[in-house]
Amino acid sequence: MANELDRRTLLQLLGVGGVVLGSGLPGFSLVQAAGGSQDFFFLQLSDSHWGFSGPPNPQADQTLKQAVQAVNASTAKPDFIVFTGDLTHTTDDDALRRKRMAEFKSIVADLKVPKVIFLPGEHDAALDKGQAYQEAFGPLHQTFDHRGIRFIALDNVSDPGASVGDTQIDWLKAQLSKVDKDAPLVILAHRPLFDLAPTWDWATADGAKVLSVLEPYRHVTVFYGHIHQENHHETGHISHHSAKSLIFPLPAPLSVPKKAAVPWDPEHPARGLGYREIDVKGKARALSIQEFDVKGGRV
Amino acid sequence: MVLGIALLSSQAARAEDAAPRVIKIVAKKFDFTPSEIHVKKGEHVVLELTSADRKHGFKVPEMGIRVDVQPGTPTRVDVTPQKAGKFAFACDIFCGDGHEDMTGALIVDP
Repeated sequence: MANELDRRTLLQLLGVGGVVLGSGLPGFSLVQAAGGSQDFFFLQLSDSHWGFSGPPNPQADQTLKQAVQAVNASTAKPDFIVFTGDLTHTTDDDALRRKRMAEFKSIVADLKVPKVIFLPGEHDAALDKGQAYQEAFGPLHQTFDHRGIRFIALDNVSDPGASVGDTQIDWLKAQLSKVDKDAPLVILAHRPLFDLAPTWDWATADGAKVLSVLEPYRHVTVFYGHIHQENHHETGHISHHSAKSLIFPLPAPLSVPKKAAVPWDPEHPARGLGYREIDVKGKARALSIQEFDVKGGRV
Repeated sequence: MVLGIALLSSQAARAEDAAPRVIKIVAKKFDFTPSEIHVKKGEHVVLELTSADRKHGFKVPEMGIRVDVQPGTPTRVDVTPQKAGKFAFACDIFCGDGHEDMTGALIVDP
């Protein structure tokens, strides 16, 4: 229970990102039965757009730093943090892009967590096909195991046309060939892998091909960013969860004629930057979500 | 009766023979000109797309249309819409800060 109290403390302190309970991931019970792991949690932060300036967030140079402080202030420490892309805001100036990446790295270097995983967003990587990103953060796609769970981080942004591409899909197939079809599998990406709203650029060009490769695996959960809000969706048995951003919220998919940032509200400067807890229960795959406002109150 | 059918056939043949209306669309960072295009239901038109700066994309998801738009080389798309309505289009190749504003609509009038 002490662990639970720590987690609650974190939730109340943290005004950003999504909290994911390892025990809630589909298939986790299988790992536990095999003696492969214990409960843990990790944080998903997304879309900090470091370098952005404009009316949608007059405090853009502070929001990421506040998030770092909030994470560090908690007594409960996640096993790791994953940033699901758009770490920096795009620019045509290669030197400025590198400067923004260096500044971002310097800020998140203060995070007091054992490990931070980075993914690129199109703002980081599309204009130079990921060159500066790789210099600053390493590979565009990667995989790692954590407490018996296989994580696979896909790159669906360094191609300006938003394709994962056949080469990476072949790599994905090779990684999956080593995974039991009943094991829990977590996919990380920036863009949605399904057609959430293609006319709003909320899709992956060959996302259907990726999902068909994942389809035989029975316990797949996808976490992504890009859309600056929570969204929960299922394609067959695969669940997809987007995270809020650290810069400004966007409207619900296709809810307005033209997509634009939700206007800044000086009365509620952190509006749209709240957090959530997600539990996905094993065999039944029942999704359980608790929403919190930025002050830690249940919504 | 026979004359009527012949007349209709003749009109249909002329409609098929007539060259389709060409609608020129210029893409540039970060808009399409024009951004609103009107066509009539059943009208055969050709969308002729060019780029004034760099490579862009042109995608009309609800019509299954998706092409690259390159500088210097016009891209032609034949369209004969069979359904009236407003069909959004967008650039689907990330082109910079403003890419997401690069949208428009193909309006098919009844």
